[in-house]
Amino acid sequence: MVAGTEAVSGEDAALSVRGLTVDLPKGMERTHAVENISFDLKRGQILCIIGESGSGKSVTANTIMGLLPKLIPVSSGAIHLDGTAIIGAPAKKLRGLRGRIVSMIFQDPLSALNPLMTVGEQITEVLTAHGVGTKASRRNRAIELLTEVGLPDPELMYYQYPFRLSGGQRQRVMIAMALALEPTVLIADEPTTALDVTTQAQILKLIRDIQRRKGMSVMFITHDFGVVAEIADSVVVMEKGRVVEQGTAEQVLKSPTHPYTQRLIAAVPHLTGKDRAVQEKASNETILKVEGLSKTYRSGSALFGSQRIVPAVKDVSFELAAGRTLGVVGESGSGKSSLGRLLIKLQDSDGGRILFEGRDIAKLSESEFRPLRPRIQMIFQDPFASLNPRSTIGQILTVGPVAHGMPYAQAREEARGLLAHVGLDAGAFGRYPHEFSGGQRQRIGIARALMFKPKLLIADEAVSALDVSIQAQILKLLDQIQRETGVSMIFITHDLRVASQICDEIAVMQKGRIVEHGPPSQIFLNPQSAYTRELVAAIPGERPKDTQPIAVNS
Amino acid sequence: MRGFLLNRLSQSLVLLLIVSVIGFVVLNLIPGGPLAQFGLDPSMTQDDLNRLKEQLGLNRPLWIQYMDWAWRLVQGDWGHSFRDGAPVLDVIGRHLVATLLLMGSSTVIAIAIGTWIGIRGATHRYSVFDYLATVGAMVALSIPTFWFGLVGIYVFSLRLGWLPAGNMYTIGDGSALNYLHHLIMPSIVLALVHVAIWSRYMRTATLDVISQEFVKTARAKGLSERRILMKHVVGNALLPMITLAGMQLPSVLTGALVTETVFTWPGMGRLFLDSLGYSDYPVVMGLLMFSAILVVLCNLIADIVVAIIDPRIRLS
Repeated sequence: MVAGTEAVSGEDAALSVRGLTVDLPKGMERTHAVENISFDLKRGQILCIIGESGSGKSVTANTIMGLLPKLIPVSSGAIHLDGTAIIGAPAKKLRGLRGRIVSMIFQDPLSALNPLMTVGEQITEVLTAHGVGTKASRRNRAIELLTEVGLPDPELMYYQYPFRLSGGQRQRVMIAMALALEPTVLIADEPTTALDVTTQAQILKLIRDIQRRKGMSVMFITHDFGVVAEIADSVVVMEKGRVVEQGTAEQVLKSPTHPYTQRLIAAVPHLTGKDRAVQEKASNETILKVEGLSKTYRSGSALFGSQRIVPAVKDVSFELAAGRTLGVVGESGSGKSSLGRLLIKLQDSDGGRILFEGRDIAKLSESEFRPLRPRIQMIFQDPFASLNPRSTIGQILTVGPVAHGMPYAQAREEARGLLAHVGLDAGAFGRYPHEFSGGQRQRIGIARALMFKPKLLIADEAVSALDVSIQAQILKLLDQIQRETGVSMIFITHDLRVASQICDEIAVMQKGRIVEHGPPSQIFLNPQSAYTRELVAAIPGERPKDTQPIAVNS
Repeated sequence: MRGFLLNRLSQSLVLLLIVSVIGFVVLNLIPGGPLAQFGLDPSMTQDDLNRLKEQLGLNRPLWIQYMDWAWRLVQGDWGHSFRDGAPVLDVIGRHLVATLLLMGSSTVIAIAIGTWIGIRGATHRYSVFDYLATVGAMVALSIPTFWFGLVGIYVFSLRLGWLPAGNMYTIGDGSALNYLHHLIMPSIVLALVHVAIWSRYMRTATLDVISQEFVKTARAKGLSERRILMKHVVGNALLPMITLAGMQLPSVLTGALVTETVFTWPGMGRLFLDSLGYSDYPVVMGLLMFSAILVVLCNLIADIVVAIIDPRIRLS
């Protein structure tokens, strides 16, 4: 029954997985979610499980927690948690282990906390569930934990509801909750993926500090080799439900042996301090000039005094030359996406000018702007949500140009040509979006934008939802398209590493303002503003040459 | 919160204004009018009718009639019944308790049973119980209330003789038990369709919450399934249901109208039908405004309750 070795490798493994196979329901693309995987998490170590989406890393974590849906059963294998066999253990016993011996933190701190319960209630609940302490002692413990994870004003925090906290603070609450009973093993499932890069750096540091202080064992699931380099003692690489490589962090990162690991590491975008080679088609002609652009959001009612005013974009100015790419980089709430929406006039600006080919489009009404719309196109973040599931790819590509007066026969020919151009089969024309993978859909999104032969492409987090290997391909495609068509690009992203790959110039935004603007060499090697320095220092796994690593403030 | 309340209140007032105008106009567009019944009486001359018209103020332009009526309404004078000259508010008041009793008891039944069926259907999805509940809800939704009423009367009153076939109490017996005995069948009949609606919404809401991340967090904390359900799922699932309860009220009111007719229940529903038959416009308009105020008020209360329970609204 049990594949692999029977023996648990002695006392030094806090968690040992042997020959684990978990089935998928019939009709899925493969028969097993994970197949015959084995690894050990040594006591007092951080083990990173890395893989792209669909590699089975989250299924592994849920199996260890005993949280698998009934639909996907464990078919064979053994898991020992602190010496206790958990496969086949009764539900009640498993429940006793959860939160006490093993706890878990999740990817999205915004949805992982109950919105109707205070932070304090949610922490003390762990203690209550396992019958620990009295009411007063549980409260004290909760406040102690809130202090430990570095939340401000723990006494007050105890009575706060989650919606009042930022993403980073909520993740700290999750960590406090997970630590409540000092578990032997902490499972962290992409705990920093949904966070801003500076917050990510703080949370990684917190997890590492706590792990060291308590000698806890941590199983850390991630898709980001930067994070692995930052905290891992040992690494397990998973692909399509199998473990393809495992070893110490040093071994796997420096000298990967399996081709998949090698490919994956090669695809990781790194900060390049080098500026991009000037495009042949680039010229000095300015295509877009933005002067003093502002946008303020107002919500609620001014009449009843409940109005909220949020300045999203404040006095932003920049220039973009034809055939060049400007990266707009910032954390969530920095105003970078608002800027994108203003430029494509999905929203009206409050002040300032947008000179597109010398003409101020900020003032234009919707009907006056419509003839110009084809020339400015957008590529969206979510390749799953931005394509109408009920339209064929052909319809998606041709509907816009036909509406702008192109004969259908011509539109169809151009669409087929573009599909081939972005690396898709011409047969894609008659198929529906759900038949394509995320990367393919993003190619369709790019083809859709290119149908209009735009002068300016605005890509809003266009590769953020994609796995690294796909990300690298899409970036390459965008680069190639720019070289061929001479289109200008505004590349909005939260990921400095990605920005450094594709941009000629980078504008760093913070709280609606551009705080620094310059070529990548300046931004990454010689940042002028304190905020840029902080951002660059927070990038996981990067120690750019010629710069001193800057201490991450927690 | 204060701004929110003021905002909702002003919206409600505008809504009431619109309802009153539409009601008034439509009522006066109906051919016949309040004096049609006298036209059949051979002893009434045209002079008599004109005098009556003048007396009741019906010879003035419609908008003046409306302004006059609306101004009095605001001051608390809802006019007098054409039938017996009694103040409209008194007439409504006499029938109000009966209707509220019926609506209240059937709402309690609908919410209690509907919530239970909904939660159980969600936690035991695709079980025999879930299928039966689904089919049952479809049946309850597709069969009209009066049919249930008539079948109920046939089975439980005529055949079995367990429950009274109509009225609110037996004349000469005013005990609470007697009232209760009379209340059972109409309130259950009225509740049936609402149990169905409530259970379907509750099932969906519960399924929504169960798939949320924080429920997984609760499992990861080692909480018992029972505690997860009670503490994390039900509270969050009930939140949208409060708004639903407010929105369901008009439909309960309409249902009460039908049910009261079937069970000769002396409530507002029957008063409404009778008054329409007599073209008793002041009472009809009074009932219309009264139910509009009731509905608006209940929606307002539902919003306030949600705001009180949900910290995201309460504190922002």
